[in-house]
Amino acid sequence: MNRTDEKWDALPGPWRKATASLLEAGEVLLAWFEPDLDDHLHYARGLVVLTDRRLLSCSEPAASPVGCGAVRWQSWPLNEGSRLRTDEHGSAAVLELVDGSGRLACWHYTAAQTTAAQQLVQKWASWQQSQQTGSRSDGTLAICPSCGAAIPADAGRCQSCAAGPAKPSLSALFRLASFSRSRAGLIVLGFLLTLAATAASLVPPYLTRPIIDDVIRPWETQHIDNSALALWYLGGLAVAAIVAWALDWAKLYVLAWVSERISADLRAKTYAHLQRLSLEFFGGKRTGDLISRISNDTERLCNFLSINLIDFASDILMIVMTAAMLLWINPLLALAALCPFPLIVWMVARVRGRLLRGYRQAGAAWGAMTSVVADAIPGIRVVKAFAQESREIERFNASNERVFHAANRLNKVWSLFGPTVTLLTTCGLLIVWASGVWQIYLGRITLGVLTAFLALISKFYTRMESMIRMGSAVQRASASAQRIFEILDKQSNVPEPVRPIHPGRLQGRIELRGVRFKYGTREVLHGLDLTVEPGEMIGLVGPTGAGKTTLINLICRFYDVSAGAILVDGIDVRSFPVEEYRRNIGIVLQEPFLFYGTIAENIAYGRPNASREEIVAAARAARAHEFILRLPCGYDSLVGERGQNLSGGERQRISIARALLIDPRILILDEATSSVDTETEREIQAALENLVRGRTTIAIAHRLSTLRRADRLVVVENGHITEIGRHDELLGARGSYARLYQAQMELVYGRDGNGK
Amino acid sequence: MENNGRSQAELGNKDSAANGSTGPRPFGLHRDAWGRLVLIDAYGRQHTGVDVVRAFPLSDPRRGIAICDAEGRELVWLADLDALPPPLARQIEEELAKREFVPIIRRILKVSAPVEPSEWEVETDRGRTSFVLNSEDDVHELDAHRALITDAHGIRYLIADIEQLDATSRRLLERYL
Repeated sequence: MNRTDEKWDALPGPWRKATASLLEAGEVLLAWFEPDLDDHLHYARGLVVLTDRRLLSCSEPAASPVGCGAVRWQSWPLNEGSRLRTDEHGSAAVLELVDGSGRLACWHYTAAQTTAAQQLVQKWASWQQSQQTGSRSDGTLAICPSCGAAIPADAGRCQSCAAGPAKPSLSALFRLASFSRSRAGLIVLGFLLTLAATAASLVPPYLTRPIIDDVIRPWETQHIDNSALALWYLGGLAVAAIVAWALDWAKLYVLAWVSERISADLRAKTYAHLQRLSLEFFGGKRTGDLISRISNDTERLCNFLSINLIDFASDILMIVMTAAMLLWINPLLALAALCPFPLIVWMVARVRGRLLRGYRQAGAAWGAMTSVVADAIPGIRVVKAFAQESREIERFNASNERVFHAANRLNKVWSLFGPTVTLLTTCGLLIVWASGVWQIYLGRITLGVLTAFLALISKFYTRMESMIRMGSAVQRASASAQRIFEILDKQSNVPEPVRPIHPGRLQGRIELRGVRFKYGTREVLHGLDLTVEPGEMIGLVGPTGAGKTTLINLICRFYDVSAGAILVDGIDVRSFPVEEYRRNIGIVLQEPFLFYGTIAENIAYGRPNASREEIVAAARAARAHEFILRLPCGYDSLVGERGQNLSGGERQRISIARALLIDPRILILDEATSSVDTETEREIQAALENLVRGRTTIAIAHRLSTLRRADRLVVVENGHITEIGRHDELLGARGSYARLYQAQMELVYGRDGNGK
Repeated sequence: MENNGRSQAELGNKDSAANGSTGPRPFGLHRDAWGRLVLIDAYGRQHTGVDVVRAFPLSDPRRGIAICDAEGRELVWLADLDALPPPLARQIEEELAKREFVPIIRRILKVSAPVEPSEWEVETDRGRTSFVLNSEDDVHELDAHRALITDAHGIRYLIADIEQLDATSRRLLERYL
């Protein structure tokens, strides 16, 4: 009874009361879901409620709010013959109720409701089953594999681990502060140095007043010799210059060091974060854009932090201090001089937003251009083979033009803005000249005051101008910061468990329980169940696109299941820390990837501390030893992007050695031999036999002959497991495996005999 | 044929590992009348035209040495050169020296141009020479001290210790590392 009450609570508010009043005494609510489309596929809310006796449904009347009594309920009694099924194609799907006589009703819904609809169907199926067998097996509570909390059986996802609300997007630049916290001491030091340097640089203009008024003017007008005083002042100027130089030097060094450090930290963190994101993220990203973010954007931030920010800070200080000094010397003149200041501030505020947008566009255009290059270079053989060089050039030119135009839009704003600011500052100077001369004429100030003023105000406006120019750098940097934080804010779709179970060395027993998986809205695995015993070799067969590789990706935890669970040694794989779990898995892929480095390093990729003897032993077992010895540098030969050219079979054997060296409990072979000739395949087969021994192996192969050593063959078709058994059993069963095998035999020994 | 070769190689391994440091030599090496290197393995079988190769010529030259037949099949594996009886070790070292040609650059005298292809004039342990470098990617930093340069013909030159080079050489090399 309690559980039923919980279900009530889970129902969306408006529906709760209406539904409760409908149920008869003792009727148990099994599941519910909200179709969100009407028969014409227009958005409309509805509710489908499944109880142990019937299916209830209502739809939202067009204009009236839910729950005000205007809803019309429909009800279908359920019996042995009733069946619920979903039909999904694309992003709109339909749930149908059928019985022996035909379709009774249907409800349309979008992909957002798919899981709920499927749960409804499953619930009904398991309810029917439990009624037939008399057992009540669905009473078990699921445990969240990540945090260990109980999950209501139909919630699918653990409430306590569900992703929290997105972080409020603070100004990206401001968030950089979190990276600088560890360097706070040095930043404060740098700031103090800036303060001191600014003060020191204000001494010379200040000294111009006494030099003119106390030395030059008395000599000019009354021939009073104040040369002793003059020496003092000149000495003061010299000392101020030297102090300013020393302080500037210290300040620049300290702040440049800090900013370089911060941006290096940022780069390291971004890259580390990127490496930990799931494959799904990389599937949807363009390599070039990611490279551009890590290299270009962090570089820009570094430049900003090291050069602009320091200048910016010292400019602000300078402006404040100069303004204070101006006001102190002569408030009236100062107010006149500062007239254009508010105007400039207003202009800056107006232009800022435009610049930020512009820089974001420019950054995106730059990323797109890098992507074009990053696309075309690895695919250069295809480009040349199809003689599409000129098209690639055009593609690059097009994106290059976009970069140009994005920059040009910025320049348009900037080229007008810069000179306008200069004009305004010149106006400021003009005002000082005019009002200064006027006041000297009236005898209110001395020539020295005016000179000091002019020196100070020109410093003020130069600083002002450079600060405004900085505005563009600030916007550019914050655009860069945004692009970096976009990556840092991405959560891995393969989250680390909250309460991890450390796998250690696994036995290698793999269990799939009702595994479903969706790419976007398309479900590719429809509930697979399979148990693989430790040390067993399973061959996955089936047409391309049947979901074999997806299944392997799920076992490796490159992705997480949409529903169901994968258990290894009886524990949900989501409970293991990802890295520790993967350490138990060796993978040999169709396209072996070699990193730039020596062969020995490539073999030892999964276990960098392996000894040379172990590396050679692994290479021997992988039948790679002898061809490696034939290379000019043996195991020290460089391979990978800029290294020695190796054939596909050679690369494959190196990758087999790599998998052998980590001595995995679970071995995944994804078309490991399909890209090589038969002779090489035989060599690789021999190598694989060493590899497979004593490990749980899951192998995909199109050439069925490759799988002759498999203990069981599993035929996957359209996301379902259709057959399981030994080679001869399956042949005897005359099912899809037999057909596949027949087709391959025909291809090999077929009509003309020259097919492969 | 293939199987024979393999089983011998494996037996040879075992023998050399077990007997390498002690007692009787499990195999013998000599040059025949035509100057070809001949291996007599532990079973007295004779292999003509064999080749001695290092598995780790750069990272660990004295360990992991293989004797392969003319087809490149491994006949004998020597885990450690220093564990062999000295006369045999010397003999193998001589064979290796004859086979290996990796001049060690002592000084870089001149690099013709800052862009590739550039012509390098160097002083090596085998005398003065010059070579053409095709791309800056052909200069590989092996570890913190060593660099390997591959020229346009695929000849490799080793810089054993960058720190030991004179200032001019280091400056010329700097931009490639």
